[in-house]
Amino acid sequence: MAAITLTINNELIGARQGQTILDVARERGIDIPTLCHLEGLEEVGGCRLCLVELQGSPRPVPACVTKAAEGMEITTHSDKLVEYRKMLVELLLAERTHTCSICVQNGNCELQTLAAKLGIDHVRFDYLHQQLPMDASRERFALDHNRCVLCLRCVRVCDAVEGAHTWDVRGRGSTSRIVADLDRPWGGSTSCTDCGKCVQLCPTGALFRKGATVGEMIKERGFLNRILERRRLAAQRRSA
Amino acid sequence: MSRIRLATAWLGGCSGCHMSFLDLGEQLVALSGSIEMVYGPLVDAKQVPDDVDVALIEGAVANMENLELLQEMRHKSKLLISFGDCAITGNVTSLRNFFSVDDLLTAVYQAGPGSIPRSDEDGAVLPELLPRVLPLHQVVEVDAFIPGCPPEPERILAAITAIMEGRPVQLNEDQRTFG
Repeated sequence: MAAITLTINNELIGARQGQTILDVARERGIDIPTLCHLEGLEEVGGCRLCLVELQGSPRPVPACVTKAAEGMEITTHSDKLVEYRKMLVELLLAERTHTCSICVQNGNCELQTLAAKLGIDHVRFDYLHQQLPMDASRERFALDHNRCVLCLRCVRVCDAVEGAHTWDVRGRGSTSRIVADLDRPWGGSTSCTDCGKCVQLCPTGALFRKGATVGEMIKERGFLNRILERRRLAAQRRSA
Repeated sequence: MSRIRLATAWLGGCSGCHMSFLDLGEQLVALSGSIEMVYGPLVDAKQVPDDVDVALIEGAVANMENLELLQEMRHKSKLLISFGDCAITGNVTSLRNFFSVDDLLTAVYQAGPGSIPRSDEDGAVLPELLPRVLPLHQVVEVDAFIPGCPPEPERILAAITAIMEGRPVQLNEDQRTFG
């Protein structure tokens, strides 16, 4: 793989052709925050938290979907970027009704942790308090739209890893909703295999195991890379 | 050195933040040398004094009484702190924002079980509900925030210590999570 050289935060860094800016930065221990990104899933560049400044680009670019290239000059933590990231997370907190204190994932939530990390101790925007439904029609799991940040990890893992493609997105902008089987109650879904991959990867308490109460939903994400690695090895054996 | 004049208030919340304050336990005895409690549910003062150094306000702004007390506290305090998630985010108190006040009162007192609460014998009325429950910083200027439901005593102590040492109240990453 061809080697390239780029500059991140005024430091010359060597990288491999094909790596994203996020990969390169993380290899170097530069902590760019992310929410929709998850190693093993296809990138969507949806949450915009990994935006970085690229010399010559009129606007910031998402590090997770931008390939590193020879001679790039990148800034990852300018005052403006830090402020944008705070604003993005505050908007997420204001758009739906997260109410951490009564969430199944209180204490184990990626959004909650991210807010604290970015220094958010209050939200400057008006809370919308849209009253969104909860779909508890499935036997083992439930979906609370009030806590969904539309990261699409559930959609991606169900399609690409489980192969069921139960989840999709309906609507646009702030009216977007995760839907099962082209917008039926999840309980009536015939494509869902109840594998729970979507539940485990959901960063917030939007997807959870029924019966879990406040703070009890601890998710286990290690399965994703174990499965993908086993598949890679199996494919290698077949082709050998 | 004169003691810091601390006032607290309990607006639309469950008093859990005040309970957490009491959970400082023996540390309260140590703090009593440097802090004087001048107003709030924990002390017997009828009026908010005019010269409060620090006000810890628990709860969201849910009704007219909350609104007036908050404005009075702001007016009389040098430093006003949103104390706990209800004060900062609206938290559980603000879940009634899903409904209009009319729908809410109808659902609770007409359609629901029980009877409509009456005013007391003096004819004083219950404070009127605001159309929406608001976090403090949407009503008055807030100087610092202590998140948590309730904020652990360690967070409260960290904030009070910062004030005593003349530093701005900025909690560490692990002490500023909501919830």
